[in-house]
Amino acid sequence: MFDFKGASERPFLLQFMTIPQDHKQTLRQGAAAAWPICLGYFPIGLALGVLAQKAGLPWWAMAMMSVLVFAGSAQFICVAMIAAGASTPAIILTTFVVNLRHVLMSSALAVYLQGVNRKFLALYAYGVTDESFAVNLTRFRDGEWNRWRALIVNHLANSVWIMATICGALVGQFVPQGALGIDYALTGMFICLLVFQLQGRLYVITGLLAAILSVVWYLLIPGDSYIVGASMSAATIGFLLKRHYRRSR
Amino acid sequence: MTFNDYLFLFGGMGLVTYLPRALPLLYLAHKKMPQWLIDWLSLIPVAILSALLAPSLFTDAVTRSFAFGKLELLVAIPTLLFSLKTRSLGGTVLVGMLLYWLGGKF
Repeated sequence: MFDFKGASERPFLLQFMTIPQDHKQTLRQGAAAAWPICLGYFPIGLALGVLAQKAGLPWWAMAMMSVLVFAGSAQFICVAMIAAGASTPAIILTTFVVNLRHVLMSSALAVYLQGVNRKFLALYAYGVTDESFAVNLTRFRDGEWNRWRALIVNHLANSVWIMATICGALVGQFVPQGALGIDYALTGMFICLLVFQLQGRLYVITGLLAAILSVVWYLLIPGDSYIVGASMSAATIGFLLKRHYRRSR
Repeated sequence: MTFNDYLFLFGGMGLVTYLPRALPLLYLAHKKMPQWLIDWLSLIPVAILSALLAPSLFTDAVTRSFAFGKLELLVAIPTLLFSLKTRSLGGTVLVGMLLYWLGGKF
């Protein structure tokens, strides 16, 4: 799987024990891109751990959930549903619906991962979250990114998430709420990534449409369908506008 | 709940989380995508980011009602301007956190 030049000439174990220069650089660049996500994940993971502990989950169940699921909002909903005594099929079905939006994100990422081997893709898909998607896609689009750095971003974010949720389950109730504005870290990150996406008038229009549609959809329709519904509608309208504009010229 | 109950629940959740992430990648990365799909997908990131952000800035999550002028929104404006001006991801995150922290004190 590691297709770096020269890596295959070393004995198997040594490949993992000695880190060549280009591996180090990949790690560093991945980490530089991932730190805002990690900063944002930490307080959310702690909060999830505290809630899970209050709902009666032991710390090892919290760890198992974060390893097997790695989907923040679905995990919060799961804990709330366990606390409310919901059935296992109901929780699994809800998770499915909440995470359907990742179909769109994986599809958009596929544009930049054309022809990559399936083993890599299978590993990469595990770490596709709202946050890693937004960070990696922005960098892929700017052309300064490769799939290994993107994979590092996914897995660093995942490691921090797992640790934060376990910490929360063990000691979370002693951490003060809202320290240093850390609750705003992910919002700040999304704002900046949104700015990076505004590559022209069509993107601004699509973004505004998605904002209006998502707020209206969120207010009128219960559940989480507003994310997928509003973004697909806005992208479709933007796409039709572009085609119409091209034809009329 | 026993260990096996948890394993079954989280295993099931993991599967329905993983498949929607993996199948489009595994399928689309080895298929020649039509230009219209690429054009449409290029608008998805801006649309998703907007759809994730806007409700958290303009609505109250507890009552699920419209709310104009929340602290989140007031902080978002200078944060947005800062990121337009500097185009720095780390800087924007820190400025947003600082303003939100200061805003919470008043």
